Amino acid sequence: MEMSEKKEEEKKKFTTISIPTPLFEKIKERIKGTGFTSVSSYVTYVLRELLAEKEEEEEPFTKEDEERIKARLRALGYID
Amino acid sequence: MPKPHGGKLIERIIKGKRKERLLKEAEEIEKITVEKGVAADIENIAKGVYSPLEGFMTREELETVLHLKRLPNDIPWTLPILLDLPKDLEGSIKEGDDVTLTYRESPLAIMHIDEIYPFNKKEIAEYTFETTDEKHPGVAKVYRMAGKFIAGKIDLIDEPEGPYDRYKLSPKETRYLFRQKGWKTIVGFQTRNPPHLGHEYLQKTALTFLDGVFINPVIGTKKKGDFKDEVILQAYEILIERYYLKNHAVLAILPYEMRYAGPREAVHHAIMRKNFGCTHFIVGRDHAGVGNYYKPYAAQEIFEEFPDLGIAPLFFKTFFYCRKCGGITHEKACPHSDEYRLKFSGTRIREILRSGKLPPRELMRPEIAEVIIKNPNPFVE
Repeated sequence: MEMSEKKEEEKKKFTTISIPTPLFEKIKERIKGTGFTSVSSYVTYVLRELLAEKEEEEEPFTKEDEERIKARLRALGYID
Repeated sequence: MPKPHGGKLIERIIKGKRKERLLKEAEEIEKITVEKGVAADIENIAKGVYSPLEGFMTREELETVLHLKRLPNDIPWTLPILLDLPKDLEGSIKEGDDVTLTYRESPLAIMHIDEIYPFNKKEIAEYTFETTDEKHPGVAKVYRMAGKFIAGKIDLIDEPEGPYDRYKLSPKETRYLFRQKGWKTIVGFQTRNPPHLGHEYLQKTALTFLDGVFINPVIGTKKKGDFKDEVILQAYEILIERYYLKNHAVLAILPYEMRYAGPREAVHHAIMRKNFGCTHFIVGRDHAGVGNYYKPYAAQEIFEEFPDLGIAPLFFKTFFYCRKCGGITHEKACPHSDEYRLKFSGTRIREILRSGKLPPRELMRPEIAEVIIKNPNPFVE
């Protein structure tokens, strides 16, 4: 793959968002001496962490599923 | 219990009348024969162990997994899950076709081909294994693949049968089981060895603050010198029966072929256990490593990149038996020097067992060692 094509590909994987400059500076200070190599990587990390917290509760089992699973677990000795 | 990875437990298993119809169709379309490791991948996709994957990876998925350790929709994913197109079928299979994936001469699944693409195998090896050395078993496997890959969703039509099916549970089943047991916090334990006391100590340390342990040995293709599946299972059966509380431990197998991809594979192991319903996952020293390709704790450090993984890794340092402490301990708790420490070296324990002797009881319970040495050949040849 040519260099220009590679750059194009990279562009597709990232996008730009705007944050206030003072916040940017604050983050720049905060990440000094940490494993974060850029403000972008820090912001990405924090946002991912925040979004993950918002995950909803698990869907319940259907009656059919429940009966089938219960029978198999019982047959295998996992439940009484 | 955490939601499955990606939010939804995938289930792509064909049942009932549709299965009958597809089995008939499977005979009439082009066939690709797969080996044991790929058959395990197919089963894992179909049962949701690899959720949110629904099939083999597209070029875009492969690229983001290699370069960003994520799927295109930003969900953490670290290992390529690939199916290569056999050279003799190039030209006779095209995008849009359905093909039958056969295993041991029986139809296993139908694959709906979305994409056929070439990819640089060296690049796959370099990113996945951090080496292009052909001596690395994972790299060697990638190099043995054909040059083109096929991507698309699969539908399992017939589950592969194995000798240990009575220990095989799907994520749907474990999630139900954990709920039945009233467990809210569950630690997953990955293993490919019979348990020594270091393993037991790890699991029980985690059990002191969590509700249950899910012991999930990998069953399938292994490398020469590894313990045979039957030995691992017999050893765990005895350990659980005699030394665990029945209501706090579940043993079930994972059909899966190790890639030995160290850090990346550790994350993959955690994702699979999240899908089984685990909230925590034990990551030890040199997890999923082989030879000296990875730093001892690289498999723990990689987790810092995934604040959104949805399963909490539990990191442990090396445990050992200290003669002065008079018990199993670790670097953060034992002040004594090396001369008092008996280390849990897998290689050393294997050597002792190979000679037909019992390892010191400070390292392995005699009942476990006996199970191993009673087997005429406990190791993979």
